[in-house]
Amino acid sequence: MHSTAHSFKDNAKAAVADPQLKRALGHVKSGFIGKRAKAAARLPEFEALRDAARDIKTHTLEHLDLYLERYEENVQAAGGQVHWCASADDARAAVLDICQRVGAKTVTKGKSMISEEIALNDHLEANGITPVETDLGEYIIQLRHEPPSHIIAPAVHLTKDLIEADFRAEHTQFPAERQLSEPRQLVDEARQVLREGFLKADVGITGANFLVAETGSSVIVTNEGNGDLTQVLPKVHIVVASLEKVVPTLEDLSTILRVLARSATGQEFSTYTTVSTGPKRPGDLDGPEEYHVVLLDNGRSQMLAGELREVLRCIRCGACMNHCPVYHAIGGHAYGWVYPGPIGSVLTPALIGVEEAGNLPNASTFCGRCESVCPMRIPLPKLMRHWREREFERNLSPAAVRYGLAAWAFLARRPALYHWLIGLEMRVLGAIGRRKGRFARLPFAGGWTRHRDFPAPQGKTFQALWAERQAGRGR
Amino acid sequence: MPQNSPQETPAPARVGLFVTCLVDSMRPSVGFAAVKLLEDAGCTVEVPRAQTCCGQPAYNSGDRADTQAIARQTLAAFEEYDYVVAPSGSCAAMIREHYPALLATDPDWSARATLIAERTHELISFLTDVRGVTAVEARFDGTVTYHDSCSGLRELGIKAQPRQLLASVQGLSLNEMQDAEVCCGFGGTFCVKYPDISNTMVEEKSGCIANSGARTLLAGDLGCLLNMAGKLKRTGSPVEVRHIAEVLAGTTDTPAIGDPAQN
Repeated sequence: MHSTAHSFKDNAKAAVADPQLKRALGHVKSGFIGKRAKAAARLPEFEALRDAARDIKTHTLEHLDLYLERYEENVQAAGGQVHWCASADDARAAVLDICQRVGAKTVTKGKSMISEEIALNDHLEANGITPVETDLGEYIIQLRHEPPSHIIAPAVHLTKDLIEADFRAEHTQFPAERQLSEPRQLVDEARQVLREGFLKADVGITGANFLVAETGSSVIVTNEGNGDLTQVLPKVHIVVASLEKVVPTLEDLSTILRVLARSATGQEFSTYTTVSTGPKRPGDLDGPEEYHVVLLDNGRSQMLAGELREVLRCIRCGACMNHCPVYHAIGGHAYGWVYPGPIGSVLTPALIGVEEAGNLPNASTFCGRCESVCPMRIPLPKLMRHWREREFERNLSPAAVRYGLAAWAFLARRPALYHWLIGLEMRVLGAIGRRKGRFARLPFAGGWTRHRDFPAPQGKTFQALWAERQAGRGR
Repeated sequence: MPQNSPQETPAPARVGLFVTCLVDSMRPSVGFAAVKLLEDAGCTVEVPRAQTCCGQPAYNSGDRADTQAIARQTLAAFEEYDYVVAPSGSCAAMIREHYPALLATDPDWSARATLIAERTHELISFLTDVRGVTAVEARFDGTVTYHDSCSGLRELGIKAQPRQLLASVQGLSLNEMQDAEVCCGFGGTFCVKYPDISNTMVEEKSGCIANSGARTLLAGDLGCLLNMAGKLKRTGSPVEVRHIAEVLAGTTDTPAIGDPAQN
């Protein structure tokens, strides 16, 4: 996917001025937050489960090589094949190879963020293969030629009137006078259209929420059942997944599943949890004839080595963005690449470079709400600060910021000079601002005063007044 | 005098007041309110001259070296006290939660940073949790609403303490606003680096404040208060904005934040 992360500020400016987007984002706040809170409150051991889930992933990442090897052995034992892919290019090529070998014309797709990360649809289309997204949200944004704006609710930036208009424009096979204003009607129509796709598809591509080392299984959680049809009906099933998705055992899987849906949508469990192990066996009634796993690294093994390892615990529940006031203000597209919200702010610089995505980890107040709800307890603010430090070390921050900061730090490290200078400045500002109590405009403070007044200081500093008080007492 | 829970009779304590750079420069009356509350709770208060700022502007801009230097300077200034108290959850959390990690590999400072961090508290939670204060003697006639500033809430667990003490203020009634725990959009340098996003956040917050019906907005962090007051005043809101310490200390004779001086 083409990144616009470098123009984050412009993206954000446009986003906050978009009333339709504001309406749509209202649903994120009103829906997800309350549902997660209720689901967590209903389960007394929820916090303990978060610890257990975190510990499972931490352990797995410490021994990732071992678990990945075991995973591959078990995929092979079940009759499947693992394709190790170092880069997005490798993964695209691996998928295309399989599709071309079996002469695929149409592929159905379940929801997969890795497929977005490697821009798989564009690559398939460029090679004459038609991808059909079968998750409703993904189907809608595919019609609109848009990337997802949320990792579990890809079309959350849209309101239903916009979707109705898209369906009317695209689905010309249906009578123009049909009723289409209710969500149910939209779902039914999409289902009818997608049914054709399912029957035509030569290959089904899904993501994976988890890969299980002890069985060689891939696991998807969905609410629409589209994933099952995607992977069971075609002759070939391709799983695209990144390597940190592996967990050691089915038991570990069940622990993490207990926090996943609760954190994501507030459900106790997703409607469908589907475990796939290899192709159809002799005697099986259905299933694919071939089962492939395209296993993507794309920089993740580099992340294992340092502080960013903690990012790899992420199970893509979306709770961080659901609770993020910055995400609520600007939506997902403003972040400019595949992963929005707090997790995107730490992951994107690792995947496409901090030069390109440096604004993302800076655009946070460090309010900490993301970390407080992350089921895997990823310290997202700390990791955003990690990127700010890398930027600072490499002089990537804007010159005005660096010089301003250097001047401020020079003062802050010299208390006597600091108190003298601040004392002087505040007496001047206080005297000028006293009558109105605030400034509508101040030199060098345009960022502040564009949208708010600047309250006037009281005049003398506390240190000055305290010194006077001590002197008075001493007298 | 403030009331203590019967089982607690804390010994006198020597408190070093970490004024915070914003209270020092913008609103010293908050510092004096803090001194009064601390003295009423049986503490002797001193104000080391060698303090400036806790270092968050550098820390949150990725400037680790300057932050470490400021951390050492601050710790040295406060090492001799029984407690370090700040009228800010954000600055207290910086010293308490972040200094030890920043200096973890510094053989001279690592252990000392941890010791001082353990003795560092935000003002209101220090009064309730360390000094056992359950009520204050103050009067404030009016309805207030309280914004939970992020660092205090999520890094230090400050939620019930301010409400407990506000409940003891005569004449005061608390109207909780919706989303009191959601960030106001200040975020230090964030608010000037990303003014459009910050503005959207503080607009949301202003709406919640207005809907609460309260006449006065309170919080425990001056940064957030300056941001919210700046927005409320720009939009002509009649809501008065104050630091909670001013109300608890009964020192609300000064003009509220962003309001004109009385003649």
